[in-house]
Amino acid sequence: MNYHWNWGIYFEQIKGGEETYLSWLITGLGWTVSVSLSAWVMALVIGSVVGTVRTAPRPWLVRLCNVYVELFRNVPLLVQMFLWFFVFPELLPPKLSLWVKQDMPAKEFFTATISLGLFTSARIAEQVRAGIQSLPRGQRHAGLAMGFTLPQTYRYVILPMAFRIIIPPLTSEFMNVFKNSSVAFAIGVLELTFQARQMQEDSEQGIETYLAVTILYFLCAFLAHRGMSWIEKRTRVPGYIAAAK
Amino acid sequence: MFGQLDLSVIRPSLGFIWTGLLFSANLTLIAMSGGILLGTLLAMARLASLGPLTRIASAYVNLMRSIPLVMVILWFFLVIPLVTGKPLGAERSAIITFTAFEAAYYSEIMRAGIQSVSRGQVSAAQALGMTYWQMMALVVLPQAFRNMLPILLTQTIILFQDTSLVYAIGAKDLLKAAEIAGKNYNRPIEMYLFAAVIYFVLCITLSTLVKRLQKKIAVVR
Repeated sequence: MNYHWNWGIYFEQIKGGEETYLSWLITGLGWTVSVSLSAWVMALVIGSVVGTVRTAPRPWLVRLCNVYVELFRNVPLLVQMFLWFFVFPELLPPKLSLWVKQDMPAKEFFTATISLGLFTSARIAEQVRAGIQSLPRGQRHAGLAMGFTLPQTYRYVILPMAFRIIIPPLTSEFMNVFKNSSVAFAIGVLELTFQARQMQEDSEQGIETYLAVTILYFLCAFLAHRGMSWIEKRTRVPGYIAAAK
Repeated sequence: MFGQLDLSVIRPSLGFIWTGLLFSANLTLIAMSGGILLGTLLAMARLASLGPLTRIASAYVNLMRSIPLVMVILWFFLVIPLVTGKPLGAERSAIITFTAFEAAYYSEIMRAGIQSVSRGQVSAAQALGMTYWQMMALVVLPQAFRNMLPILLTQTIILFQDTSLVYAIGAKDLLKAAEIAGKNYNRPIEMYLFAAVIYFVLCITLSTLVKRLQKKIAVVR
């Protein structure tokens, strides 16, 4: 293997610039975290609503939400990003379309967040639906028998338990958001993968570059896992659902 | 708006897009076969107590599962030429990457599958005097495979969608072909939409078939 190692590369200056490569990586980490977290919040809100509606006694609403989920689950994320980035602005009224194409600030960031958010929301909707349906039917009946309205039954009886049940799959979904945010490089978000490619080309120190970026992704996934475990512990109902130590 | 869409550009670019689709399909099929084979071996290594081999297998699976696929694609594209000393095309690099990457995901499925086979089956095979490999090949794996068939196929649909990420190294798959055609005819919008429709139709057809298969298997068991 013929490779010139240079572990000091992170602190060297980029070609024809003042910054160090380290500052590129930090910028990348910043964008990765911002895209991932904003997409996650968006996905959680939309996914919860869509997933809940899929268990409601309104067949046409259920069907509508099923279509939503299938639509976003059956097209690759990268293709979805291209659709939002290149195709969606064309469908807007001419003035708005021009603004989106030319003047919109942080256009890449918003596009990436929206596509990653909607993509993830479909997967969360699937898990929320599964969580609600895994509850014994008696819970719903008990809630209604107590005189709660249907929305109240969901709010006070079903959803609090359903969300606790689906914390483990939500944890892996949260880690997936960070991994999937790497696709955003394709529309020019300056996140970690984008910086990895840029730094590799500029410095020609591919292994050092990719190693640093891989470790940063690792760190994101690890912290995401830790955060969700903390939430899982805090929200545990004593004597219910695998009361582990 | 949609009124300005010029769908007539699709017809002349069909042949070009077809070659892209063929590459995506080939990549999916090769990575599926190789991935399931490798994944099954990894799962067997993880379930047997083989000391270091077991630990290496788990480390490999966990590593692959915690890195974004795009980074794995970039890693292989960088490292394979360094090790072999000669450049490898994007297409061949993609095939190796996807086989190695998907093996980790398939191995988790096969591990669950092997564990789903009841203990009595293993005891019975041992009582009959079968060796480990005979037991695996004739008793355990056929049942594990059957139990996990729907999940293996669902993973393959995800794999097919993921093949679009070879965009990162410029391999000519369905998406890239559509993009190039879009540039050639100066109608990128139509081409991106067309690619999305192809992905959607293929994936939804396959997942409907898998759902039907799942029902069939569930009835038999």
